[in-house]
Amino acid sequence: MSADPAGDADEAARFHALLKDFEGRPAASGGRAKDLVNEPMIRHWCEAMGDTNPAYTGPDAIAPPTMLQAWTMGGLSGHGDRSYAYDELLALLDGAGCTSVVATDCEQEYLRPLRPGDAVTFDAVIESVSPRKTTKLGTGHFVTTRMDVHANGEPAGTHRFRILKFAPAQRAAQKRPPATRRPRPVINRDNQGFWDGVREHKLLIQRCTACATLRFPWLPGCHACAGPDWDTVEASGAGTVFSYVVMHHPPFPAFDPPYAVALVELAEGVRIISNITGVPYDKVRIGLPVRLEFLRVDEDLELPVFRGSEG
Amino acid sequence: MRVGDALPQLEIPVTRTLIVAGAIASRDYQDVHHDAELAREKGSPDIFMNILTTNGLVGRYITDHLGPTATLRKVAIRLGAPNYPGDTMVLTGTVTALDGDTAEIGVVGANGIGYHVTGTVTVSLDAREAGE
Repeated sequence: MSADPAGDADEAARFHALLKDFEGRPAASGGRAKDLVNEPMIRHWCEAMGDTNPAYTGPDAIAPPTMLQAWTMGGLSGHGDRSYAYDELLALLDGAGCTSVVATDCEQEYLRPLRPGDAVTFDAVIESVSPRKTTKLGTGHFVTTRMDVHANGEPAGTHRFRILKFAPAQRAAQKRPPATRRPRPVINRDNQGFWDGVREHKLLIQRCTACATLRFPWLPGCHACAGPDWDTVEASGAGTVFSYVVMHHPPFPAFDPPYAVALVELAEGVRIISNITGVPYDKVRIGLPVRLEFLRVDEDLELPVFRGSEG
Repeated sequence: MRVGDALPQLEIPVTRTLIVAGAIASRDYQDVHHDAELAREKGSPDIFMNILTTNGLVGRYITDHLGPTATLRKVAIRLGAPNYPGDTMVLTGTVTALDGDTAEIGVVGANGIGYHVTGTVTVSLDAREAGE
């Protein structure tokens, strides 16, 4: 915290003016791709992406259009194409504590397909530098560059790219210390059978053998008839969200707020507290149909969770 | 194809292998995409998927559905919640505009912690597909 917020704002404005001077200056000029467009790199890309589009193989193959930026990458050895202005801008941001970087936006337009043998060249300009912004990751500046990509001298595409150069929020580093693991369940004689079931990917519900009432969570006796004897029924896995809360605060070690904690009503009628996967925390709703799955949290903990579908 | 049509969803298991293979195939050697220890030092809980891989997966999602005769014209994406190992990203798409043989498709990729990607893809369709 600054003792003088007005002075801090002035300082931020002065620094932003300095950054804005870089707008319009080149980020790369006369850049040359290290490799001609080629089949092996296309194949490696398709393998990684799981992309089996036949347009990317065979004698008339084109490169996947979304590879556009990949051809311009410096790789491990980097390339000298990055202009002095761009380096200077990043150094200025590093100096202000914005040492981390994350890409936030990528907008590409494809003017003509790239084919094996094409020589790719590129020029890029620093389009804009944002005022200081505070994001979930930390505080920093968005830097937008625009690149024109040519193949054998012909326009092949444009690539607008935005990064956030930021000072990581302290919170982020504390949020999940490496050794933090989810809390372990307390397993005792009363609930051993439940966790044995989870290990076999079964969600077991207790059933009173005297009156057939289902009960969950596991308890030593029947709440309907007080009978001590029980067997189990395997849940079908279908359920709906009966109720939920979204955890924002306080953060607990090994958990990453915000996240939804739901009370799921199983098709069998009993309810279980769990997490919802596959749906963002702010899209969880009462009545959302969900299906049981097992989430491996770490090498020796697996938990029953519920996958929702937004459809 | 009509405006408002939904594309079938595509589930992408976000494995460590996918994150690393995608980073290397896109020639992105930033340590946060392959080295968990260094990623943690930078305030991230683990390695995370790079934007080029997300871009590739969005392109694949569209052409998987529309077939090899569809041509990608524009892909514009914004990243939100990072794709960390062990998560699943579910891609969904909706046709938002149709003009002759050109369609615009809104794409969302949701993971366990929020929206990883939101974006718009402009694609030229095979004439037969557009005419239907």
